[in-house]
Amino acid sequence: MGNTVIKAEHISKEFFLRKAQAGNYTALRDVIVDRFRSVSKGQLSRNQKESFLALDDVSFEVQAGDRVGIVGRNGAGKSTLLKILSRIIAPTRGRITIEGRLASLLEVGTGFHPELTGRENIFLNGSILGMSRNEIQRKFDEIVAFAEVERFLDTPVKRYSSGMYVRLAFAVAAHLEPEVLVVDEVLAVGDAAFQKKCLGRMSEVAREGRTILFVSHNMEAVQRLCNKGILLEKGKVALDGSIDQVIRGYITSNSSSKSVINIEIPDNNEQLPGFAKSVSFLNENGTLTGLVPVTSDYSIEMEIVINKPLDHFIAGIGFITITEVPFRTIWTAPQQIEPGVYKVRFSMNDVHLAPGAYKLVIGLSNNESSFHYVENQVVLDISDASEKKIDERIVNLRSGLIVNQVPYEIKKV
Amino acid sequence: MGRPKTIIDADHTESGYWRDLWEYRGLFSFLAWRDLLVRYKQTVIGVAWAVIRPLLTIVVFSFFRAFLSEDVNVNAAIISVTVATIPWQLFSSSLSESSSSLIANSNLITKVYFPRIIIPVSTIMVCLADFAISLVILASLMIYFGEVPGTEVFFLPLFVLLTLFASLGLGLFLSALNVKYRDFRYVVPFVVQLGLFVSPIAINSNEIYGSATIPDFVKGLYSLNPMVAVIDGFRFCLLGTQWVVNPTGLMISLSSSVVLLIIGIWYFRKTERGFADII
Repeated sequence: MGNTVIKAEHISKEFFLRKAQAGNYTALRDVIVDRFRSVSKGQLSRNQKESFLALDDVSFEVQAGDRVGIVGRNGAGKSTLLKILSRIIAPTRGRITIEGRLASLLEVGTGFHPELTGRENIFLNGSILGMSRNEIQRKFDEIVAFAEVERFLDTPVKRYSSGMYVRLAFAVAAHLEPEVLVVDEVLAVGDAAFQKKCLGRMSEVAREGRTILFVSHNMEAVQRLCNKGILLEKGKVALDGSIDQVIRGYITSNSSSKSVINIEIPDNNEQLPGFAKSVSFLNENGTLTGLVPVTSDYSIEMEIVINKPLDHFIAGIGFITITEVPFRTIWTAPQQIEPGVYKVRFSMNDVHLAPGAYKLVIGLSNNESSFHYVENQVVLDISDASEKKIDERIVNLRSGLIVNQVPYEIKKV
Repeated sequence: MGRPKTIIDADHTESGYWRDLWEYRGLFSFLAWRDLLVRYKQTVIGVAWAVIRPLLTIVVFSFFRAFLSEDVNVNAAIISVTVATIPWQLFSSSLSESSSSLIANSNLITKVYFPRIIIPVSTIMVCLADFAISLVILASLMIYFGEVPGTEVFFLPLFVLLTLFASLGLGLFLSALNVKYRDFRYVVPFVVQLGLFVSPIAINSNEIYGSATIPDFVKGLYSLNPMVAVIDGFRFCLLGTQWVVNPTGLMISLSSSVVLLIIGIWYFRKTERGFADII
């Protein structure tokens, strides 16, 4: 173990942004005209090109058998990285060494031809993904069984339902046996049951000791499948470590764990009955904190602006896990409120959450209709560091969401 | 450890390119097989297309030929035009199919790695299949007219190969250019159309080379067209020795197709790594 399968050194990828043109491709005609113009003006057209670094000095190593989740926001460079690893595009700078056969799955059903039958497409797609004819023949029955399309093998795939199409396409890909498998967000297709099956198959592949690089926005899938993670931010490696660390980094990077989180003021805030301005977290002693220690009390304070007198005002907060499971709601009792700036403080001294990041949803309503609803802006970060030493032994990843002590007694009988 | 090692480097093109090409030979045959299947599945008359297209050209040019030459032997005109049309069809369809092949397969290029050269080459295989069908037509026509080729017929594969080299060279070059500058798709039909008239289909190379009024440099320019050597060669192989291949002309045609092939491969390899960025 411990031998490096992928070694990426200082990878950069530069894209040139063309100035907005009529089409999305170049015509020689335009190139000639441009050259001519720039020559007549006595300047070179080259410096008019704007460049953009999709990847900026990215280095990392992947060991044999690692399942690496690559996470990051849209435009962070994940897909570019996968494309470079798959040799579809070339890096502008840097060097990558890959030991063993690498197969990539950036799209389900690449090269599927609608006119060809399921059987024909299995062979075609398999060979496009890098399988030999013998390999496909050997796994043919397995692929068909996985896709559940036995009856339609000799039907052109253009007559398939989209579900069947995707199942067949994934089935072929799932039976690839390279040393390194690179998978882009392909699990986002298909129904829930099939997604589960795909994930199952991927974990099976992982158990066979293969190396996997997996890109997804589905944190639950990433967490289940991967043991290592790489967080990309604006083309740079922001974090490289265990998957839990990286997922937390990703979640908190969405709105870095600050003690006061300012909420984007809605454009029409003048017309609204009111809006939430900011949310802050206070520790047991009432001082502002960005990171709440596990098993300690804290409070959540939100600053709100009320524009009109309201007679049935409610402020609420919803708690959602990183895997998008809503699990808790807290709210104020309905009340009359006059215009002004208010602070609403919730004392969180009942239930203690396990270490990790949680998304908070803020809602303000009047007469049971919500007038300001804030999603994906506020993150509560519970730290696994605690002054109470004993907790470290109790709280771990398997502790679940809630880590409370309840009154108990131990009696000798 | 017998595992293959891949090095992706910004500065050099991968050294393992030709090794990869060998590893992906399976994909090559699958792509050719796909194109063939699709071609004959989608069209109503399927195989008939491979027959009709050359047939129309043959009819038109046979008329020309019959009118152009003094000996009004219609049978000889038809045979000589047919023998010329068949390699010309191979050349023109290989050229047009291969030069648009990269654009047509852009979904593959942006999603999977393989040596891109496989795409234009495999489309030429489909044209070769059409060519095989038209050879059958030619054979039946020759039997009908009682024309029996001599032992020269064994040279025929050489001229088929020369056709493929010429169309591949130009096809690779144009397909790579097509990725970057889409207006090159208008160039190809033009080249094909022009080629039809400067190639010895309705005319006879012997008349050109033997003419006293045509200056030498025009004869040289005429020979630059690789299809001149190919068509002369086809006539020599199938219709017998009265169709003499002009040795100087053959050398010029041969060199121009080799140069085309070298330029084609060189330019293709040079731009290949950037295809997925701009396609």
